[in-house]
Amino acid sequence: MKAEAVTESKPSARISEFAPRRSFLASFQRWEWMLVGLILLDIVINIRLSPHFLDARNLSRTSSDFMEIGLMMLPMVFIIITGNIDLSVASNMGMSASFMGLLHNLGVNIWVAAVAALLLGTLGGMLNGYLVARVKLPALVVTLGTYAFFRGIAYGFLGDQAARGYPKAFTYFGQGKVFDSLLPFSVALFIVLAILFGLVLHRTTFGRYLYAIGNNENATLYSGVPVARIKFIIYTLSGFMAALAGLILAARFGSTRPDIGTGLELAVITAAVLGGVDINGGKGTMLGAVLALFLIGLMRFGMGLLNIQGQVQGVVIGLLLILSILIPGIAQQVSLRKGIQIHGRSALAALVVAAVFLIFFLFFFWSRAAVIAGG
Amino acid sequence: MTVQNPPAIQTSVSRNGLLWTLIRFREAGISLFILLLVVAVTLRAPSFLTVDNFQDILLNISILAIVALAQTMVIITHGIDLSVSSMIGLVAMMVAFVVKQYPEMPVILPVLLGMALGAVLGSFNGLIITFGKVPPIIATLGTLSIYRGLVFFYSQGTWINSFELPASFKLLSKGTPLGLPNMVIIALFVAVIVYYFLNYTRTGRDIFAVGSNPDAAQFAGIRKQRITFLVYLISGLLSGLAAVLWVSRFESAQTNTALGFELQTVAASVVGGVSISGGVGTVSGVLLGALLLGIIQNSLTLIRISPFWQLAAQGLLILIAVISDKWILSRVERTKT
Repeated sequence: MKAEAVTESKPSARISEFAPRRSFLASFQRWEWMLVGLILLDIVINIRLSPHFLDARNLSRTSSDFMEIGLMMLPMVFIIITGNIDLSVASNMGMSASFMGLLHNLGVNIWVAAVAALLLGTLGGMLNGYLVARVKLPALVVTLGTYAFFRGIAYGFLGDQAARGYPKAFTYFGQGKVFDSLLPFSVALFIVLAILFGLVLHRTTFGRYLYAIGNNENATLYSGVPVARIKFIIYTLSGFMAALAGLILAARFGSTRPDIGTGLELAVITAAVLGGVDINGGKGTMLGAVLALFLIGLMRFGMGLLNIQGQVQGVVIGLLLILSILIPGIAQQVSLRKGIQIHGRSALAALVVAAVFLIFFLFFFWSRAAVIAGG
Repeated sequence: MTVQNPPAIQTSVSRNGLLWTLIRFREAGISLFILLLVVAVTLRAPSFLTVDNFQDILLNISILAIVALAQTMVIITHGIDLSVSSMIGLVAMMVAFVVKQYPEMPVILPVLLGMALGAVLGSFNGLIITFGKVPPIIATLGTLSIYRGLVFFYSQGTWINSFELPASFKLLSKGTPLGLPNMVIIALFVAVIVYYFLNYTRTGRDIFAVGSNPDAAQFAGIRKQRITFLVYLISGLLSGLAAVLWVSRFESAQTNTALGFELQTVAASVVGGVSISGGVGTVSGVLLGALLLGIIQNSLTLIRISPFWQLAAQGLLILIAVISDKWILSRVERTKT
């Protein structure tokens, strides 16, 4: 990793582009506007397709569906900006929520159980942080291991049982509204924390160090920045936020099963990357990530109203994720070349590729229709 | 890790370099780990060390080994293919639909069909990664949910049951005309081909070159794009093969077939000593990695660890394997330099 980091350092001419922006308005750059445009487009399309889309109560309920993802996304933005990743967040969430459920089933006071769960989640984050920052194992490998480990502990805690019957005061965190308005508590919490995380990222030395680590870890280390400690802190933070998200999800469901939140890590990473956070590190804004979260939320809500299955919605989200990187890249290539020359051979290759995919889809629909019609 | 990348280039030229001995040593490490585990489990549960049980383990890890080998080739180029599980799910469903519709067709046809379908899906990954310049982790994260969504769209939420599949197709994976179950033989066959391909063909060596130093590889005249495209295509092809075996083995195709399997394949590769930063990996290491995962799974049941704690124990053992590997490696580096 070390040797590689040196060779991969980005050209100095582009450093200014990665550095934290000076004013909040200036940070509202191309990608964020693009997301705003997509959100508006999505709203317009949905209003035309479904009369229930603008229903305030619907919107309020659906917004709380995404807050667990959002809470885990905030520290994930930090981690991805340093060029690392945390695949274990959803498992950590399951472990913490299950621990609270276990303690609750054993008759422990719910608030004590909740604090214990937060501590366990934080400990899980510290384990990741220790292995990544001190033992210097690749983040992908470490968090892949803890992905299985934490989820396994969740199953160990609860087995095939579920924890139920949380007191009303606790379920408020997942289901309650602030001051009897339509604003769910979890959304209010997310907004406050998002602003806090955004300020830390864009307004403090700590945030600046995160970009520095993502751009050139070795250079940052030699500048006297405590790189290992910073990495340890952000992974610990990620563990804490995962546990918090777990508590809120448990409060929203009113029960906990060990498989709670399975697969959410991909939704978290998708939101961050769609928000313009560079998976290679060094680039991205909190605002972009939050906007992307809202875009995904609105799209899923709109498709849900149209009775599109959750898994099929994944096709659209997946395409959006790929296109969000593909289109700017292609646009850049086209503008660099100033008019594409099409060679005979590459045109032939493109034709072959198109034909192969066409045959694939013809087969896809043909075989599907044959069986579904035949029963 | 520190001196891993530079010598990797040497190995693609001569296999007597520092790295080669390191790799040897790495496999010694995991072999030792497996041996210790076998001894410890046998002491607790003597039924572990029987031919039947080992045949069972081999049957369980065959599919994992096939896909892990594909994953290894991708990781060697410093990429990752997270979509393997969804490719298996989609191809499994499509092949099962076709087999249900035409039960009398010879068994080789669904195998070829599965591989072809997988290759198409894999080449889609390859296209967006090479020509679209989308980072592999993003591209395959996207296709992970796209392909899985297509499974739901394709099947309309239905699934294929055991009684809808012909007996000959079910025997494809489990039949033992050659002494061992067919599936194990297919996995070994794939391993031999991948071993030959990676070590004795020009394209295979190019895969290592691209992974250890992409720029140098490009300057050396290696078509980086083509190699990258190829590994994702192979990954799809082998996932397609795995999908057919999966349907045959478990006698069903469901919308959640192989859900989460991608992480197991990455785990088998990494535990087997494949470096996530590219350029390093061996077929024997990956096979040992898959074997280790299989033995862990099998032995946890035998020594009566509650099924609910098994996943935790698996995760912990993966972590221990990776940490001890790193520890051994840093020791070796210290003695060598």
